[in-house]
Amino acid sequence: MQTVDQIGIEERAASLAKRSIKKQTKVEGILLAISMIDLTTLEGKDSAGKVQAMCQKAIRPLDSANLQSQCQGPALPGREANSKSLRSQMIPSVAAVCVYPSMIPIAKKALKGTQIKIASVATGFPSGLTPLSIKIEETKKAVAMGADEIDMVLSRGNFLSGEYEKVSDEISLVKEACGDSHLKVILETGELETYDNVRKASFLAMNAGANFIKTSTGKAAVNATLPVTLVMLEAIRDYWYQTGRMIGMKPAGGIRTSKQALQYLVMVKETLGDAWLSNEWFRFGASTLTNDLLMQLAKEATGNYQSLDYFTND
Amino acid sequence: MTAPEKKVTRLEVVEPKSLQFGKKWDYAPSPESTDPVKIKLRYELFIGGKFTVPKSGNYFKTINPATEEVLSEVAEANEADVDIAVKAARVAYEKYWSKLAPAERAKYIFRIARQLQEKAREFAILETMDNGKPIKETRDFDVPTAAAHLFYHAGWADKLEYAFPGRKTRPLGVCGLIVPWNFPLLIAIWKIAPALATGNTVVIKPSKTTSLSLLHLAKIIEEADLPPGVVNVVTGTGKTGDMIVRHQDIQKISFTGSTAVGKGIIKATAGTGKRLTMELGGKSANIIFEDAAIDQAIEGIIQGIYFNQGHVCCAGSRLFVQEGIRDLVIRKLKDRIQSLRLGNPLDKNTDIGAIISGEQLETIRELVKSGVDEGCEIYQAPCELPKKGFWFAPTFFTGVAQSNRIAREEIFGPVLSILTFRTPEEAVEKANNTAYGLAGAVWTDKGSKIFKISSKLKSGVVWGNTYNKFDPASPFGGYKESGFGREGGLHGLLPYVELE
Repeated sequence: MQTVDQIGIEERAASLAKRSIKKQTKVEGILLAISMIDLTTLEGKDSAGKVQAMCQKAIRPLDSANLQSQCQGPALPGREANSKSLRSQMIPSVAAVCVYPSMIPIAKKALKGTQIKIASVATGFPSGLTPLSIKIEETKKAVAMGADEIDMVLSRGNFLSGEYEKVSDEISLVKEACGDSHLKVILETGELETYDNVRKASFLAMNAGANFIKTSTGKAAVNATLPVTLVMLEAIRDYWYQTGRMIGMKPAGGIRTSKQALQYLVMVKETLGDAWLSNEWFRFGASTLTNDLLMQLAKEATGNYQSLDYFTND
Repeated sequence: MTAPEKKVTRLEVVEPKSLQFGKKWDYAPSPESTDPVKIKLRYELFIGGKFTVPKSGNYFKTINPATEEVLSEVAEANEADVDIAVKAARVAYEKYWSKLAPAERAKYIFRIARQLQEKAREFAILETMDNGKPIKETRDFDVPTAAAHLFYHAGWADKLEYAFPGRKTRPLGVCGLIVPWNFPLLIAIWKIAPALATGNTVVIKPSKTTSLSLLHLAKIIEEADLPPGVVNVVTGTGKTGDMIVRHQDIQKISFTGSTAVGKGIIKATAGTGKRLTMELGGKSANIIFEDAAIDQAIEGIIQGIYFNQGHVCCAGSRLFVQEGIRDLVIRKLKDRIQSLRLGNPLDKNTDIGAIISGEQLETIRELVKSGVDEGCEIYQAPCELPKKGFWFAPTFFTGVAQSNRIAREEIFGPVLSILTFRTPEEAVEKANNTAYGLAGAVWTDKGSKIFKISSKLKSGVVWGNTYNKFDPASPFGGYKESGFGREGGLHGLLPYVELE
């Protein structure tokens, strides 16, 4: 198993984060990032009302007409080009909503007629400490209820105690239970601690049938970071080298600003290239990122920052 | 009866698919503004604390190698000018600098360091315009490292008795410092800082192609109120350098540049009693073992050979890959160099800048051609080269043997030669089988192997799992045809002092 040098990977991630993303590239990057979001709510207090509201936001993150009307006004010097291009662009819907299994029917109803996918966490999220039979049952049930994508959690306990086969078998069985639905395997990298473990777990998940690998549940102390994501992107590339099979990547948790989102896109662009730069192969697991992207978009169009009151909190 | 002939099916060699780094979500230009830099129409010599018209009356043009635009014209010092500069340095040495309390010397050096930090942006832009190297390198490496060297050596000025316990140090007198074009500001400061800290005065000459940053540093020195004549900048060609080398009243020559010129200097100074520091060429070995963290090693290869367009004396220009990972490393390298961005050096996203001059470009082309002629397989990044200026795409050769010219001669450009080895012994043997001995690196996940191999490499610097890392506290210098003497660290003070 190829190893990862901590200093080297962190240096590389830091140098990629220094790319200067300006003007049209920034606008396009933000629009791309919006289209890659898995808009997420995973709280004990989630209710039908909350999920319905989030689905509306997923369909129309911002009233495009609203932004366009703002663009009609005088743009600040240097903003003309962005303002013009935004006038003609639609703000895309997000890629998916990510909810607990019992919320699937509500999301399904709310998203009817749209392209937005329904992702459901399963397998005893977030700890994964549920008997295997129940994990499989939960997955099957979620798929039956209409989940297009299943976000399962890696059994970190088993992984850390070296029972790789057990972990791998479990993923394979869950994959089987997914049927045609896509499987994302959450590694919970914050609990794996070392980059070597992250790489090892990435390969384990990919070999066992994952369609996507995902960093975090959002429930651990450390969630997605740039270097961890880079380790996983490099693992995806190496797996592609070996098998020709493309695997998707989803960093989740802790990505809140447009600047961060663009840094992730830079890493994808320069590690995996053009083929991965779409929501088919890259997603952001995030809840608050959307509004910052929208705010930056409005700023690029008009030259001014707007108060958060102009962006909905769903 | 003969057995039916077996049908021979030839194994088809399938070229592995490569990743596509195209125009999708391409970065818009992000050029650094040149507003903070005021380039004068003409630069004079800096002698005796002020800018003075050269006795020669001659000026030469300096251009931006990325655009071929003339930036300015610079005074060409002749024999008389060099003599005046040396006299000024001599007077400054006798009258002020050698008499000054060491802590006072330190104050001046600290002052220059702070001013350089203050004007970091100006210097980064200026250096990029005059040299053609990417702004991200001047901004993140050249200028901050130069400032760090000044701070470091300022700290030594009043602590020399701790540097050499039980010994007293005495400065040498006037030092003649000759600086190359690849790191014009940084290498100048590598030499100025220890010379001043130890109590010497200097006459310094930048390369003809890159005088501007040192002349702007002279401005800082002027503003810092350094006693007149402690630092004198004489610009000019190699001839001017030769006059410094041969001047009778110079006690020490510190030269960074090509091995050929270095040999000339050694001959010219033989028997004169002049002390020498020679930092010459290199053909450094970057050794990657099977058990290395390969993706980080790939970054080390990139950093080793494409940093500063390969215009680096310690460039990792010979890559030794263990046979078992050869194909993987080459495949990864092919994909990786696609994403290197070549172009306007002032663009903050540029990774590869311009080649310093048409002359250097010719040298690179000639050596690359020899590689092709000798049957090595060439691979070049598919990047578009700008119409104006001097450019060379990142290149590597596979199937290189020790006997090929591209494995033996210093190319001083973005050209890598890839060789293979099977055992650690073979790696060491091949790495050492060169006339040079400046630097090298060992890549392995096994700590003990790093120590074992690096202690066997005959080179001044060996990096472990990294490349081109510089710290003022760490000495730098070579063996064999890469020169002698050290710069930086405790060892770097020694060439500038007499121990009593």
